[in-house]
Amino acid sequence: MKFERVLVRELFQGLLNILKKEECTMKRVWSTTVVLLMALSLVLAACAPAATPTPQIVEVPKVETKIVEVPKVETRIVEVTPVPPPSPVTYERNETIYVSGAAWGPPNDWNPFITWSKANTTGTIGFVYETLFAFDPLTGKLTPWLAESGAWADANTYNLKLRRGITWSDGKPMTAADVVFTFDLAKKYAAIWYSPTWVYLVSATASGDYDVQFKFNQPLYQEWDNNLYNIAIVPQHLWKDRTEEDITSGANPNPVGSGAYLYETHSEDRNVWVRNENWWGIPVFGKPAPKRIVDIRFSSNNVALGAVIKGDVDLSNNFLPGIATLSEKGYVKTYFAQAPYMLSANTAVLFLNTTKKPLDDAKFRRALAFAIDVPSIVNVAYAQLVKAASPTGLLPSLSQFDDPDVLARLGYKFDTARARQLLAEAGYRDVNNDTFVEAPDGSKIALEVTCPFGWTDWMEAIAIIAKSAQAAGINIKAVTPDYGAWNTALTTGTFDMTLNNWAGMSNTPWTLYNLLFRHPIQEIMGSGNFGRYDNKQVFDLVDGLAKVPVTDVAGMKAACKAIQEAMLTDMPMIPLWYNGLWAQYSDAVWTNWPTEEPGTPKTLPSTWSGYWQMGGLLTLINLKLAE
Amino acid sequence: MKRYFQRKLLIYILTFFLAVTIDWLIPRFMPGDPVQTMLSRAQLRAEAAEVMYGYYTRAFGLDVPVWQQYLNFWNALLHGDLGTSVYLFPQRVADVLRRAVPYDLFLLLPSILLSWWVGNKFGAFAARHKWLDNTVLPVGYILTATPYMWLGILLAWLFGIVLGIFPIAGAYSFAMRPHLSLVFVADVLKHWFLPFCSLFLVFVGGWAIGMRNMIIYELEADYSHYLEALGAPRRLIRAYAFRNAILPQITGLALQLGVIVAGALVTEVVFSYPGIGYLLLAAIQNQDYFLIQGCFLFIISGVLLANFAIDIAYVIVDPRTRLGMTGEST
Repeated sequence: MKFERVLVRELFQGLLNILKKEECTMKRVWSTTVVLLMALSLVLAACAPAATPTPQIVEVPKVETKIVEVPKVETRIVEVTPVPPPSPVTYERNETIYVSGAAWGPPNDWNPFITWSKANTTGTIGFVYETLFAFDPLTGKLTPWLAESGAWADANTYNLKLRRGITWSDGKPMTAADVVFTFDLAKKYAAIWYSPTWVYLVSATASGDYDVQFKFNQPLYQEWDNNLYNIAIVPQHLWKDRTEEDITSGANPNPVGSGAYLYETHSEDRNVWVRNENWWGIPVFGKPAPKRIVDIRFSSNNVALGAVIKGDVDLSNNFLPGIATLSEKGYVKTYFAQAPYMLSANTAVLFLNTTKKPLDDAKFRRALAFAIDVPSIVNVAYAQLVKAASPTGLLPSLSQFDDPDVLARLGYKFDTARARQLLAEAGYRDVNNDTFVEAPDGSKIALEVTCPFGWTDWMEAIAIIAKSAQAAGINIKAVTPDYGAWNTALTTGTFDMTLNNWAGMSNTPWTLYNLLFRHPIQEIMGSGNFGRYDNKQVFDLVDGLAKVPVTDVAGMKAACKAIQEAMLTDMPMIPLWYNGLWAQYSDAVWTNWPTEEPGTPKTLPSTWSGYWQMGGLLTLINLKLAE
Repeated sequence: MKRYFQRKLLIYILTFFLAVTIDWLIPRFMPGDPVQTMLSRAQLRAEAAEVMYGYYTRAFGLDVPVWQQYLNFWNALLHGDLGTSVYLFPQRVADVLRRAVPYDLFLLLPSILLSWWVGNKFGAFAARHKWLDNTVLPVGYILTATPYMWLGILLAWLFGIVLGIFPIAGAYSFAMRPHLSLVFVADVLKHWFLPFCSLFLVFVGGWAIGMRNMIIYELEADYSHYLEALGAPRRLIRAYAFRNAILPQITGLALQLGVIVAGALVTEVVFSYPGIGYLLLAAIQNQDYFLIQGCFLFIISGVLLANFAIDIAYVIVDPRTRLGMTGEST
């Protein structure tokens, strides 16, 4: 009995030993795998950042150690030959401003002629390349920037004087030849956005180093002023040998410009600009306070909101719902302390497709204007971050061109009863008792109001539009296609009604009317009059406005009055509210932000592309370091 | 052995061809016109818009018949050319991907492999430990059912904003330039930690549950009972059960890869992590055919390569496969 037990135990022990050995090898395999994995992840940890686009991975000159804010633990930095200008690897907080809200994708080019992507590298125009004039939308004044002065000598001649002593960041002086070169580029290449200027521009000639004379044939004065603060001057000596392809679609890395900031570096989610210490404007306008600007692209609103609350971002130009609460609790500052908190940046217009029934009926369109619950859009969809628009669509900064008489007679406001009454008068009645009206010929009405998917504020707004129109008896449904599909429907005219806001702050009401009444009507309407409203009389009025000299305010008002009269009678589109110049800022590091309060700067707190020359840069110049 | 791999390789090549073809087709079925979308952002005057529309349609090769576009696409792809991005014009898709993909690998590889390893180990350990079983099981089920995005936002809020320990955006501090130093590496790891965690936690729950169930099943198998009868220590029996239970988990990993990658893309958006997650989202919204193709190409190749690696691993781990193959070839 005992022996048997011993035998079995012996046998089993042997078996166990064999098994254990095998178990050991198994263990070894596993631990080797784990070690390998860990090694791999460590290698990746070390490699990943090196694979980022920033070309200079280790350009750390010796001199740097003073500036670099590196904890004592570790200062061993791989040394390579110093590259001028020395750029630190860690930016001092009190020298750096962090901004966000302009870019919607990784930086793609620094070419001032590729205008549709400038948001991703905001500052290409404004920081690096500068315009002849700057424009202040709050006062409506053009101020000379690169130009010292500019004036119409006669109806067809514009004389421009360039400032002396402006240099490009490579040290070469800027002269009249650069200005002429910049304008001539658009004459040669139709793909440059301001090439249509050459329809009425006859010649640009330099006389001497600082004088340029522009000769015109029936100039569009309103548009010309707009050009003066939007066309960025490029250095002839660096651009003249480039091919057409390179000029119109090249990435233009390491741009050489004349402006207050220079390109320093970029990666997938940021652009870094460094102050140009030799900027010609320092004695004229002052020195921009932050030495460095880090423009951050956040991939979602919740991240942007978090960064604002944490104080990681000094100026955010993202649309963040709920900012009103944060502003009132003192987390962030906004331009106005109360509603609407934000300045108005552009008008959200409901375009109606006038080629479709029943939207081809002006009476129906006017009834619709009364049916839309704009107060709810302002108070619910936007939580009071926006203002209801004037029926003319003109921004508050252009309100002097609103005609009070026309507004009193033809203005509209939310009034369901009035909308029902107008519908009934025009013959729209609910025949089949489905609570929705039918057209006078008895046909059913079913319309869609659209905006791109993901534009959350607009998605809420169109839901309100649909709901309030339904309450008035108009069968409208809110639909949100993808941006691409929305855009195609917009430009090819297959939509019923849709929101659009492509006319921003401007020196002239013509900018808005050029969007609303773009003509001639073509197969693809890529940039205005999406509803294909065809009225020669109004088109002539808009063309007439374009030709009114900018000094002739009475003439502009008269032209605007006629346009507004026609627009509010026919109602081919319905201006609804003003989108805000979204801006929330923190006092933690930088102060002296623009606000409505007396004693603070009255400039635009915006980093959006195209806004630097409209006061954005002046905002940076006015900033002060917080104590 | 050779025949086995030949057949596998053929299947993979076929799958790749089909997947890439679908990848090419789908964006083109979407309504809309990418060039028009791109130009509409410029808000050009009508005259300029027309000229530029023609110019860019030609530049992107969209002016030729569709079948020719398809052939051109394969021709370019085989030459390593992924085209130019419409949305990020004038950047090349290959360059865009080269900058983004390292971040994806950096996030995906450790989170997939570590979660798989930890989940399996832990699940195996928890099985038949009453106390652990009662806690791990529900927690695992909750974790694995959590949407990545939601967990990500929760982690960002708790550790990023309330506690302020971890950054909530970017791959490294916005105050830094990439350079080689401990400070920078630490910063990269700090930014990497939360997105990694939100992926890791969701994955680990699934693997742990799977493993726990498998171990219990294996412990009921005859060989376990036999070992038990022989009086083998508990540890040993479990080790054998683990070896058998791991096999379905390996297959599971291969099957799950696609889902995992999709989850990672969402997580990247939540943490503003500069991988291809946000790029792909934006590319789809902007109908950037070429960037969509590029992103999916990366995903397709990644998943196929990983599957291939798992096939090989299977051969190593499971002796029966080897046996089957030798039996087959003789």
